[in-house]
Amino acid sequence: MPYQQIKFYQAGSFVVGNRLLDPERRTVQADGERSNTLTSGHRACQGCGEALGARYALDAAMRATAGKLIATNATGCLEVFSTPYPESSWQLPWIHSLFGNAPAVATGVAAALKAKGRTDVRVVGQGGDGGTVDIGFGCLSGMFERNDDVLFICYDNEAYMNTGVQRSGATPPAARTSTTQPVGDEPGNVFGQGKSAPLIAMAHEIPYVATATVADLRDIEHKVQHAMELRGARYVHILVTCPLGWGCASADSIKVARLAMETGLFPVFEAERGEVTSVLKIRRRAPVEEYLKLQRRYAHLFGKEPRSEVIARLQERADRNIRRFGLVDEDTVEEPGGVSAQESESVGSAVDEESNATRLLEERH
Amino acid sequence: MDTPFAITLQVGSSLANKTGSWRTERPLYVQRMPPCNDACPAGENIQQWLYRAEEGDYEGAWRQLMDDNPFPAIMGRVCYHPCESACNRGRLDEVVGINSVERFLGDEAIRCGWTIPADAQPSGKRVLVVGAGPSGLSAAYQLRRRGHDVVVRDAGPRAGGMMRFGIPRYRLPRDVLDAEIRRILDMGVELELDHQVQDVLAEQREGGFDAVFLAIGAHIGKRAYIPAGSASRILDAVALLRGMEGEETPRLGRRVVIYGGGNTAMDAARTARRLGAEEAIVVYRRTRERMPAHDIEVEEALEEGILMRWLSTIKQVDDGAVLVERMELDETGFPQPTGEVEELEADSLVLALGQEVDLSLLDGVPGIEVDDGVVQVAPNMMTGRPGIFAGGDMVPAERTVTVGIGHGKKAALHIDAWLAGRSFTAAPKRDLVTFDMLTPWYYSDAPKTVRPTLAAVRRQSTFDEVVGGLDESNALFEARRCMSCGNCFACDNCYGVCPDNAVIKLDPTGAYQYEIDLDYCKGCGICAEECPCGAIAMEAETI
Amino acid sequence: MEGSQAVAATVAMCRPEVICAYPISPQTHIVEGLSAIVKRGDLAPCEFINVESEFAAMSVAIGASATGARTYTATASQGLLYMAEALYNAAGLGLPIVMTVANRAIGAPINIWNDHSDSMSQRDSGWIQLYAESNQEALDVHIQAYRLAEQLSLPVMVCMDGFILTHAYERVDLPEQEQVDAFLPPFEPRQVLDPDDPVTIGAMVGPEAFTEVRYLMHARQMQALDAIPHIAEDFERSFGRPSGGLLRTYRADDAETVIVALGSVLGTIEEVIDDLRDEGASIGAMAVRCFRPWPIDEIREALGRAKRVVVLERAFAVGVGGIVGQNVRLALSGLPVAIHDVVAGLGGRPITKRSLHRLFSEALADELDPARLTFLDLDHERVERELRRMQDVERSGPHAASFLRDVGGAGARPR
Repeated sequence: MPYQQIKFYQAGSFVVGNRLLDPERRTVQADGERSNTLTSGHRACQGCGEALGARYALDAAMRATAGKLIATNATGCLEVFSTPYPESSWQLPWIHSLFGNAPAVATGVAAALKAKGRTDVRVVGQGGDGGTVDIGFGCLSGMFERNDDVLFICYDNEAYMNTGVQRSGATPPAARTSTTQPVGDEPGNVFGQGKSAPLIAMAHEIPYVATATVADLRDIEHKVQHAMELRGARYVHILVTCPLGWGCASADSIKVARLAMETGLFPVFEAERGEVTSVLKIRRRAPVEEYLKLQRRYAHLFGKEPRSEVIARLQERADRNIRRFGLVDEDTVEEPGGVSAQESESVGSAVDEESNATRLLEERH
Repeated sequence: MDTPFAITLQVGSSLANKTGSWRTERPLYVQRMPPCNDACPAGENIQQWLYRAEEGDYEGAWRQLMDDNPFPAIMGRVCYHPCESACNRGRLDEVVGINSVERFLGDEAIRCGWTIPADAQPSGKRVLVVGAGPSGLSAAYQLRRRGHDVVVRDAGPRAGGMMRFGIPRYRLPRDVLDAEIRRILDMGVELELDHQVQDVLAEQREGGFDAVFLAIGAHIGKRAYIPAGSASRILDAVALLRGMEGEETPRLGRRVVIYGGGNTAMDAARTARRLGAEEAIVVYRRTRERMPAHDIEVEEALEEGILMRWLSTIKQVDDGAVLVERMELDETGFPQPTGEVEELEADSLVLALGQEVDLSLLDGVPGIEVDDGVVQVAPNMMTGRPGIFAGGDMVPAERTVTVGIGHGKKAALHIDAWLAGRSFTAAPKRDLVTFDMLTPWYYSDAPKTVRPTLAAVRRQSTFDEVVGGLDESNALFEARRCMSCGNCFACDNCYGVCPDNAVIKLDPTGAYQYEIDLDYCKGCGICAEECPCGAIAMEAETI
Repeated sequence: MEGSQAVAATVAMCRPEVICAYPISPQTHIVEGLSAIVKRGDLAPCEFINVESEFAAMSVAIGASATGARTYTATASQGLLYMAEALYNAAGLGLPIVMTVANRAIGAPINIWNDHSDSMSQRDSGWIQLYAESNQEALDVHIQAYRLAEQLSLPVMVCMDGFILTHAYERVDLPEQEQVDAFLPPFEPRQVLDPDDPVTIGAMVGPEAFTEVRYLMHARQMQALDAIPHIAEDFERSFGRPSGGLLRTYRADDAETVIVALGSVLGTIEEVIDDLRDEGASIGAMAVRCFRPWPIDEIREALGRAKRVVVLERAFAVGVGGIVGQNVRLALSGLPVAIHDVVAGLGGRPITKRSLHRLFSEALADELDPARLTFLDLDHERVERELRRMQDVERSGPHAASFLRDVGGAGARPR
């Protein structure tokens, strides 16, 4: 029987640790001796997804480099909450220069290390969506184009949270920010053309581009680990919840990120040299309402006069991602109300013996 | 490094900033009641023994199980597993095959010869257990473990009670039954067979017993008045099943009609088939939905070719035929006769209309209260006569082996306390874990392993076991599907998901694996929300 | 050889480990030269990074310097402004980056030619600013700049006039590599990004300590006023020629009138001074070689005995007047010295001996109004025509009218 060859686990490969896994197959975060690259005492809000995402990613990079890691950081929440004089929460060599130059500073670090023959020491640049997708994009693109040996990580919380939740180039349509008020014909942010930093990164044909969410730790660790195995310009774009800016409960921080993934609004994939190489399938597909309703930034879509046409447009975006990236397969479980008519055909039976989860487990290790 | 003032800081210096002061709620590790444990009539800590089984520690799992139930191999075959009906995993994909794992553990224990030591300090107290059925043996086992001398007396020629004389061997092989009983006797429980207790007070006095536990079961088949011809062959299901354990196999003929809709009716019908009946028809006066038999029993019976006539009563029995009247439900759902009758060919009629208790041994015992044919007991299982306890089928309860075992354990705990002049108080019941308290995304989706079922044909012609056991790999698989509702299973999620690194990982041998670092915990609640099994609660800070 | 090539060769001898550059005239020949040197393998180890903007250039320099690499970049004009944010950052972090500014005007209107508007605009960025009078001095000052920067852990800007110096072919004494190596010890950073000794660089500092941080930055820059002359003396001992320092005077000891200027124009000024001395005038000159930090005591000492100081500068503060002039006033405050601000050579306009002769003569004759900003060689007719046209179409208040009338009436032409 096939299942005799496959090890299933109580909580599969999705939880942080799992005592049933061999220690070397557990996550970095499960390790009692993990780096805690970003340590306690930082001043991030309760339930901050960025603080969590940064620790996930950098701890993984620390393990991948045996602790020989330097980080450069753009201005933003992450920088502000981690390094207010006289206390730093970082436990690795770290530099903050400006809002828009973290990729270039990282290039400088990498160049210095190369000149000094210290290529065993690696560099990670990091910033929020403002520092990456907007003001830092020129430096980021330059770093990509030169294929500098830098992993740049964007912690995308979809607006300028540090300055009080203003719209950024990564703010999704219809979202309320303090510069896209929920009033008028097109409440919240406009339905623009969108700006996908990962897709633009791919257009540079750099060695590695990946997206992830703070809801899937193993996926983040796998991607950071893989990124650190490569040389040259690499980009990992992690969706991180901002309970304050999105208006969700701090406890729901991970849940909301998970729904971003499970609705298809945030496609999770990997690409090498400009081509998509893998896609994280949706395990339990959810309708966009489930995601939107948890967040006050979309409250104007519900209330007494629900803006069903706007919700439908957002559902279309999710559906498009699902088609475009092939996020749904026969193992995806449909949550009620989540399927549009033309797609229900492609959705088969829920589970078979060799489920998605099993394959994931096998693939990831 | 001679670092410049303020613009450069020492790493990790933020540890000086105790963000715990931001908190308005704090996470609290809790142990909640998993629905399986809650539903188990034997009070097994299912979640806990699955937890051990998940790790491959089958002996540990078995010992955990044996704390509450001395018959895992039997239970794994005959229990109607209300635990599985309650299992939260059913909301995710399919329920965990708890019963199969239990059976695997039970079989593994027999195979490996694991035993339970009776090494408690002797109490010097003697307890008489009347009835060597599941309830009596369960009580005897629990009392023996607590250092009491136990004598079990049973009217029958062999121990096991209804497990032997009521459950067909195709469902419970006798070597399994014998092995699990033997293990109890090996602990020093004295068994006296063919000893019908006639006067319980006299036996208590003469034997110097400090307490008595009565668990004589319900062995008398209920009769209904049915006009019958002299040549007609009518017998009751209890007698039929008991007869299967005797020297002579009962003879039923080619066509057998079974009257009744309970599990015993199903057992009788399936036994009839195995005894060579070409046709076994179950006649029941209500609809299938209202049959008291468990669904799985009905399913298996149908699979084996048992015929069912619902909404029917038997009017008359003649030689070679029974007269059946069709019934109809009235608006209250009660069956009413229609007057339409039909004749069924039948060589014999088996009555499976329920069983009654033979209460003669309690005649003249003061304080005993009998109501509706059963003995009334207090919540501590004690009858109206101090020192005499009762349980199993002879007290008001659902009549299953598992309930009986549960009674035995419960009575033993109270007897133990009573003997010491204490009273036993069960730990307060914990909050039940409902599905919405879980975060099921973290569990791998996996179907329940389908039990390898013997071919239906083979099942009909022999008394081999109908349901095969799991082998180790799929028992492990099944155990690992447990979501550990309400009880930490050391998945490290809380440790991982805390944005403030405020979860401390303790020594894995500790009672709890984790502790909240209140110096830094901001009370965001992510750990509680993301705990897969609902084992973290948020509690308001008192300021 | 060409000034840019000489600078490139000299910078290479300073063994920078990371060079990053974005092209802008008239800086290009310097970085092209360095690129060639690195590409040939004549400078190793060294990473030459072709960045996508000046902002990135300075940012790469910040990263490299913070990782302990000796770092170099060069820019000019718009490029300097484009990296402005990063300039302040490098200074705030105390990173000893050396940068050449090939001085050029700032647009609009766009203009590629020389003046000092670019570096003057960054005078408060926290960078040390050294101005070279000649290509030889430019070479020498680059070597000294590294020593100064690394000694104080502060960034240094070496300013040399675009085209006039960068593109001029002059005979220069290129130093020997051994001489440079002996003069310039290996870079030992004050702080460095090092996994073996991690620190957090670039913290957020609030009101509770920001003033102190700024004070310390100022104090460290003031230390340069002591360090620069020492380094210049040491340089002279090592290389056998005087170069650098805070300032240099020319026939100024007994001069009643002293001309103050920065950069390459000093050569022309000295020739005019010689002529005027021959005519019997009491005139001298002073070259400001270190503009930031401002050597206030040294300048007071140098100019305090003069009757009159003419500050000739290639930039001005729009809406105020002279930039260097204001600083000179600060140095001479309380002394009975007349100070004249003269704006000259904007956007590459040649500063001719003839114009200077006329200007200095006017000064000597007390014909320059010390209260007014003088523009050398201003085309009055054109300006006045335009001002009249403006007055016809728009109303103007008394301040602008008065100021513009003054400006229109002042200038090279005596009233």
